[in-house]
Amino acid sequence: MGAIEEIFFNGEVIGRYWGEIVQGLMLTAEVSLLTVVLGIMGGLLLAVLKCFSNVVVDVIFAVFIDVFRTIPILVILFLVYFALPYAGLRLSPLVTTVATLSLVLTAYSAETFWVAIQAIPRGQTDAARALNIGAWSTIAFIILPQAIRLSIPLLCNRAIAITKGTALGAAVALPELLGSAQSAMSIAANPSPLTLAAGLYVLFFIPLVLLSRWLERRSTRERRA
Amino acid sequence: MQAFLNNFANVDTFVSVLPLLLSGLLVTVSLALVALPLSLLSGLLVALLFAVKNRVLTAVLFVLIDLCRSIPVLVLLMIIFYALPFLGLMMPPFVAVVLTLVINNTGYFGEIFRAGLASVPKHQQEAGLALGISRPRVLLFIVVPQAIRNVAAPLASNALELAKATSIASLVTMPELLRVAQVAQANVYNPTPLVAAAALYFIVLWPFSRLVARYELKTIKARY
Repeated sequence: MGAIEEIFFNGEVIGRYWGEIVQGLMLTAEVSLLTVVLGIMGGLLLAVLKCFSNVVVDVIFAVFIDVFRTIPILVILFLVYFALPYAGLRLSPLVTTVATLSLVLTAYSAETFWVAIQAIPRGQTDAARALNIGAWSTIAFIILPQAIRLSIPLLCNRAIAITKGTALGAAVALPELLGSAQSAMSIAANPSPLTLAAGLYVLFFIPLVLLSRWLERRSTRERRA
Repeated sequence: MQAFLNNFANVDTFVSVLPLLLSGLLVTVSLALVALPLSLLSGLLVALLFAVKNRVLTAVLFVLIDLCRSIPVLVLLMIIFYALPFLGLMMPPFVAVVLTLVINNTGYFGEIFRAGLASVPKHQQEAGLALGISRPRVLLFIVVPQAIRNVAAPLASNALELAKATSIASLVTMPELLRVAQVAQANVYNPTPLVAAAALYFIVLWPFSRLVARYELKTIKARY
């Protein structure tokens, strides 16, 4: 037992790298927040654009969504980081990670929002038109509030899953939580920093997982009621 | 435009690296084919344990599922591949990746199957028992099939995520599709192998991705 403690919960090693790892956690939080905000806003924007559908918008919408939902995040990350420089576009690890994750979340949330918008009965739009409410106002004040409410439980799960992808940033040298723990682990030749990082990830994500469980349960109950 | 194509879609490069990419694709597919059934099985097992309805067991299961769901899959892989050897527990990359995917997805599949089992009305089970069918058979032949049908959409979606997650194997030097593309790119000094790998992922996974999208559409429409 003493051996396990010294290997995985070594206080001395953890004390030495605590500062860097907490900085990594801050970076993870920053990337997560940016990803969620940009990804949800992007998705909402795309879904609204799709409401005024024309052929060009429809094709771009479909291709964008299918590409970013189908190709693994890590592959997109590597394309942005290792392939785009050949086109003269060199992005920092932070920008690369945020851009990749928020593009992927944009694709997922656009699809979810769009499906939810379609699920709102046609009669709502007709009623708004009969009351002489403009097209933009109908979408903004009648359709979207209901659609967003409908999408929240689904989106919450997806947003958490994609936000956990911040750890992939370590693969493009972003010193976020996993990256900082990995470099500490290799310098100290002891895996305690990784244990600490795993613990911090759990602390960071558990509240979100519980929140999504609660949202899911509430929406199920509403449906039954 | 010509310079762009020479870089990103260089035909000579593509032809020369295609066999390597296909060998990588084979590793990717075998990772998914080994990890998916194992994850489904362990997820179903976890969900069936909920049916025991023991308060302590249920609490432990919820904690385990939420732990699995809150650790990024790459962090889990790093622990298994780089930290466990400090205990003398070393395993080949393939085993480490499969183990990682199974642990990670047991949480997801467990949660999905649990919700599915909970969605089957209680009277189905009661009717089965009243007809003198034994409890395990009621569970296996009456409740589980209906549960699976009810959660087909999230099951398919999660299976797709599992297949995509095999790409993290490239970070522990497994020669799967992404890894061989990276190696090839370092040799030919142009990003064609990486672009080709992305295209291969898309070609292989796109039908499943469409299927999942259609399932999800049905689910959310049923919600309103």
